[in-house]
Amino acid sequence: MTKDNQNNATRPGLALAGIAVSSTPRRVSISEWIDQRAGTFFITPAVVLILIFSIFPLVASLILAFSRVRLGGGGYKVRFVGFRNFEKQFFGSEQYHFLGKFTEISLMGWVLILVAGAGILWWLYKFCSTRFNLLGFVGRSITASMAFGLVLMLAATLLSGNRFGTLGVTLFYVFVGCAIQFGIGLGLALLCSQQIRGKTFFRIVFFIPLMITPIGIGYAFRMLADTTKGPFSPVWQWVGLGEYSWATSAWAARSFIIIADSWQWIPFIFVILLAACENVPRDHSEAAEVDGASGWQIFREITWPQIMPVAASVMLIRMIEAFKIIDLPNIMTSGGPGIATESMSLHSLFAWRTLDLGQSAAIAYLLLFVTVVICVSFFNLIVLQYVRKS
Amino acid sequence: MKITKNTFSRALLGAATGLAGMFALGAPAQAQYEGITVNILTRPGPVIAQRLVERGKEFTAATGAKIKVNELPFAELFQKTLTDWATGTNSIDVAVIASGWGVELVDGGLLENLDAYVAKDTKINMADIAPYFREYNQKIAGSTYLITIDGDFQMLYYRTDVLEKAGLKPPTNWAEYMAIAKATNGTDMNGDGTPDYGSCIFKKRNAQSFFAVQSIAAGFVQTKGTGEGIYFDADTMKPKINNEAWIEAFNIYKATGKYGPPDELNHDIGDTRALITGGRCALMIDWGDIGPLSIDKDGAAIKGKIGAIIMPGSDRVLDTATGKLVSCTAEICPHAIDGINYAPFAAFGGWSGMINAKSDAKVKQAAYDFLSYMNQAAQSNVDVTMGWTGYNPYRNSQLDSTDNWVKAGFSKAFAENYLGAIKDSLNSPNMASDIAIPGASQYTSVVLDREVARFLADEITAAEAVANIEAGWEEITEDFGRESQSKMYKLSLGITN
Repeated sequence: MTKDNQNNATRPGLALAGIAVSSTPRRVSISEWIDQRAGTFFITPAVVLILIFSIFPLVASLILAFSRVRLGGGGYKVRFVGFRNFEKQFFGSEQYHFLGKFTEISLMGWVLILVAGAGILWWLYKFCSTRFNLLGFVGRSITASMAFGLVLMLAATLLSGNRFGTLGVTLFYVFVGCAIQFGIGLGLALLCSQQIRGKTFFRIVFFIPLMITPIGIGYAFRMLADTTKGPFSPVWQWVGLGEYSWATSAWAARSFIIIADSWQWIPFIFVILLAACENVPRDHSEAAEVDGASGWQIFREITWPQIMPVAASVMLIRMIEAFKIIDLPNIMTSGGPGIATESMSLHSLFAWRTLDLGQSAAIAYLLLFVTVVICVSFFNLIVLQYVRKS
Repeated sequence: MKITKNTFSRALLGAATGLAGMFALGAPAQAQYEGITVNILTRPGPVIAQRLVERGKEFTAATGAKIKVNELPFAELFQKTLTDWATGTNSIDVAVIASGWGVELVDGGLLENLDAYVAKDTKINMADIAPYFREYNQKIAGSTYLITIDGDFQMLYYRTDVLEKAGLKPPTNWAEYMAIAKATNGTDMNGDGTPDYGSCIFKKRNAQSFFAVQSIAAGFVQTKGTGEGIYFDADTMKPKINNEAWIEAFNIYKATGKYGPPDELNHDIGDTRALITGGRCALMIDWGDIGPLSIDKDGAAIKGKIGAIIMPGSDRVLDTATGKLVSCTAEICPHAIDGINYAPFAAFGGWSGMINAKSDAKVKQAAYDFLSYMNQAAQSNVDVTMGWTGYNPYRNSQLDSTDNWVKAGFSKAFAENYLGAIKDSLNSPNMASDIAIPGASQYTSVVLDREVARFLADEITAAEAVANIEAGWEEITEDFGRESQSKMYKLSLGITN
């Protein structure tokens, strides 16, 4: 036995870990070499799979976003066009489609811009003066820039009497839709967590919509809302709405899509919050009841703090999903009237259908950026702050 | 294997039976394509696809070639065809798609030139195919690349009973159309006690509304014949859209909505046809399908009550130099009838078969023979009389005799009226071609469709809409290359100089 082997034999752990315990070089056998890199070998198939199915398509679509692509006899002809596909969305011929139509900003718009601008600056200043760190500052700057951009868009479009584009429509679906779904889902979960009769029946009934395909839901709601030939046509006629069409009004059409979307997604929020509510120890609320606390106080001080982490997670998942809404507006209105109900995903799909792959990919990346910034900001700046305070 | 007396006699019997069967189905042909499969891609059935399946079985029985029909949603057809052929996947041998998409495929060198096949074909009888479909729809750059199986253009339909009751004649121009729509709107047309509609024209976004507005515009824009075109100046590729003619067409299209169902903005062709066959519309614009649909059992409410006529025209037309509307004169409107310029619009052009240039030679021949079989008068003259097939007439022999139509269930009077309207359109030297250049779907089904939708939804004015379309079209032309687009546009219009 050599000196090296004696050393390794006395310190087997180090030898297995591949840590050199002697300064004298020696020939390593293949099996030892493989042993030393066992971790790498084990993880390689997973990494390769992730690269092929996740990273590569992401990189490929990023390349597309900076290109014009044409299909022809020789296959794909890709021409690099720089930021043109993005520039078109913000400043070019697609501006009205993506951001909305801009004219002169109204007085109310200026007021909002000033108030929001001051608020955002104050928020940044407060962070810098109390607990500044570089990473936090960069993250907050991105959030602040996007928030201010969205305020500008809102002021220049809706508050100035103009229509907003697919970005605004998507945000409407996300914020208004998710808020409604959270409110009703939480309410139903609180009700079903009580000791009531037929609890199991209600749980199943409330859960069913989640299992129906969105295309089916889209067609069903389109039919239900049809005032001239749908199954409820006599009802609409009877209440005097026979000549009204929700599909011809921008806000009515958007609202109807949110109703259909909520019908589908409330069960998702309901079922998860129900599980969270049922995990709240009953003796806590019973003790509070004995002490004379009202229902609202019990919810605010006992139930909510305990279900809040679950509620935050479910909303995060729901928001990410809501940003990608496409089936319902596609089926119910095809994005109409005009472009009033067109979401960013639908915008991207319409471009893809005509083989404008560059523009389609650019919109998809803009959606990814907006989704990531809003969802990360929501979690870091709202949820984590609340948890820390609690 | 030991051959016994029994097995030998069985083999003889089998061979004799097989031979007899082969002779019954046409023995030489059956041997010709045995073992060959032709993969066809088209829209979901029963419309278009189902008849391909049924005729495919007959073709298999006669030739041995297996016809496999693959269906895909309409919106993905062109994307799938182009991707499959351009990337060399070549899982599709024949695409039965819109004829307008053929130019882009020819431009990419993906389509088989069918001149040699046609020259050898003794059964197709090209002279019988109506001139527009033979010369413009099937040919690109002077060569035949497509085989038509459905002739598409839009016509005006009217309720004969409703107009008769109101003492009105079918409209020849848009002012008359609006007057009739106004007069008949709100009357009960199907006896169910509820008021019905003066006009039904689909207006849903991302559906067929962009065809309707082009059908209206054509009569205002094109005066000099099919070769003039309604979209661009062929030399400069400058869009011919930002002018009074298109603005007028936009305004008319929107105004028809006043006499239509309240949710017409969300109606595609399926919704509109449901109203038409339910007997709820006095005037309607559609492809040739309404005729055969009116004799289907779903069309009981309108059976024998439908009339057809060439699309309304206009006595005021576009002066391309000024962009203004001017009154028709013999010089300005050489094809006008009684002072009215008609330009029936070949919306969509029709479903046509195109063969993958990269398919195996024997498969290509089998594919051509099948498309020829579909197109031949013996088959197509029957197919076009059945509403559910989605096939509309494109051969003279389909229009010359009413026999097949009467056999299918048409009354003699309606068959004559219907075929007369089709003949008026097909024989018009001023028939307007649908756009057929690379990027065709971006020009019309994206940019034009979106701006029409925004205009109908009161987001923008007609003037803003046509200005936006002009800018959008210029951008697409720049992307594809102005010179090559000009070349392709001229070819699509049959301009060869």
